[in-house]
Amino acid sequence: MAIKVLKPGLATTVQDAGRKGYYNVGIPLSGALDQYSFRASNLLVGNDEGAAVLECTLMGPELEFQRDAVIAVTGSEMAPKLNATLAPRNEAIAVKAGTVVSFDFMRLGARAYIAVAGGIDVPVILGSRSTYGLGAFGGFHGRKLQAGDIVPVGTPKGAAKVGKRLPDGLAMPLPKELELRVVPGLYFHRITDESAQTFFEDTWAVAPEADRIGYRYKQGRPLKFRDRKQPFGAGSDPSNIVDAGYPYGSIQVPGGLEPIILHRDAVSGGGYAMIGTIISADMDRIAQMQPNNKARFVKVDLDGALAARGAYNQRVQKLRAALA
Amino acid sequence: MAIGTARYSFGADEHIFVELSEEMSLEAFFKGMAITTALEKKKVPGVSEICPANASYQVKFDPDVTHPNEMMKLLQQLERDMGNVELELKTRIIEIPVLYNDPWTRETLMRFRERHQEPSSTDIEYATRINHLKSVDDFIAAHSGSPWFVSMVGFVAGLPFLYQLVERAQQLEVPKYLRPRTDTPKLTVGHGGCFGCIYSVRGAGGYQMFGITPAPIFDPAQGLSYFKDFMCLFRPGDIVKFKAIDRATYDAALKEVESGTFDLRMRPVEFSMKKFLADPAGYNHKLEEVLYGN
Repeated sequence: MAIKVLKPGLATTVQDAGRKGYYNVGIPLSGALDQYSFRASNLLVGNDEGAAVLECTLMGPELEFQRDAVIAVTGSEMAPKLNATLAPRNEAIAVKAGTVVSFDFMRLGARAYIAVAGGIDVPVILGSRSTYGLGAFGGFHGRKLQAGDIVPVGTPKGAAKVGKRLPDGLAMPLPKELELRVVPGLYFHRITDESAQTFFEDTWAVAPEADRIGYRYKQGRPLKFRDRKQPFGAGSDPSNIVDAGYPYGSIQVPGGLEPIILHRDAVSGGGYAMIGTIISADMDRIAQMQPNNKARFVKVDLDGALAARGAYNQRVQKLRAALA
Repeated sequence: MAIGTARYSFGADEHIFVELSEEMSLEAFFKGMAITTALEKKKVPGVSEICPANASYQVKFDPDVTHPNEMMKLLQQLERDMGNVELELKTRIIEIPVLYNDPWTRETLMRFRERHQEPSSTDIEYATRINHLKSVDDFIAAHSGSPWFVSMVGFVAGLPFLYQLVERAQQLEVPKYLRPRTDTPKLTVGHGGCFGCIYSVRGAGGYQMFGITPAPIFDPAQGLSYFKDFMCLFRPGDIVKFKAIDRATYDAALKEVESGTFDLRMRPVEFSMKKFLADPAGYNHKLEEVLYGN
């Protein structure tokens, strides 16, 4: 079984739960940016929840199915079309051999997940099928899909239940404006007291430079770094540090101008001071932000981050129970 | 340790970031290697990434398995345990051939001249002048004369940051480009701040460009023998010795890369910081004996 790519969409890649354990040599986690919607798509078609899927960014692909299949589309609001007839999102749908699956435009959110019963069957590299674009490996030949690609699909574990639906309350929320929770730290002490306030007061808009590596934000007031004699090896700009590792979700502000939040294809380290880290429970929500969507950064402490993580885990448990 | 106590910070709920020193030093790097090596051995449940860097390290873990406060205590205890340990590292020394002043980085640096501090000279001429060396040949001699530690691997897959094993007064230092380039040839040997690097993939970059190596350092296809176990050549803690080569040697090496027969000279070695600090030049000479002896 395979899928022929007629049109690739803007940036469609194969992703799964990610590739752990190689960040120390610069190979990032990768994997679906919105892990919640990714898991939901797999559970709908009866896959293991970590099976590989297609992640589509801002504009969907056009795919010709060579055999009968069951698929589910989750994440952003982008309705699938079977031979030009609209079909439901967040539901297991049957696709007959020869059908062309295309997509309406993306109304809300930024990333849709297409799970196919059986999973996308590309080779496992370092424990994952995820695409790592900068390293040009994993996924489908280490790159975004292109027209003409034939993407292999595995054998389904059992018969998927067509019509299985995600309960309404369990879909990913897709607000155009949201709050992102931050634990200040890392090099937070390097910015001035005033900047430590304005960062949390201002409303920030997602810049066009927002991708799997990092999300850049603009329109807030620039941040000022405290004056100092730069330490040996740190570089001359006050926003520079001796090159260090970057946590996932860490926020760096090169030159004090535009905060960048690193996501799952992160560059693993560098010389820009990070002023805090987005909590793990909010990383999926960043993945669904379109350019120009607005965010405010909200300060939380470690306990706040752990409580939010607990709530996230409970929601995933509910999802599993609902789709068991 | 002259570098004092480390600074610990939570990177939200899944990371702990540890700054061993604000400034770069061999002591800070070595302390990081010692702590992260000890942490690896402990096999702490839930830990998924242990990443030593130049003068810091970070750990990523599942806080549902090990509570962040527990992890914090454990890391601080590891630092205390290191206090009196004599720092030695079992590692490898690897020779990396370099064609300095090569045509490809030269072509690239000419394209981005308006982003450079000194548009009228090349990167290596600029670096020679601001490091108060007499000639480009003297610069190459300094760059390839003493070995370097791989003090961090990252930014992108397999890219080594390198810190030269010389006293601070002899460290080569250059600023990064005023604005980063959008292009850097793959396998460019670069330098920014006090750090050398080898670009593992083609792409953006801000380091000054001095030359190029024919030796692949990152290969997902794992073609050459030294990629048999893993797609990245370098690990933090490796020692690198650059060797200047001419164009004919470079071309011959490229042919070997293409035919799959290319190999690198590398030897296992033990590095003792105490012995190095007592006599840097003499100790580097011994490292070279290990590399070039039988």
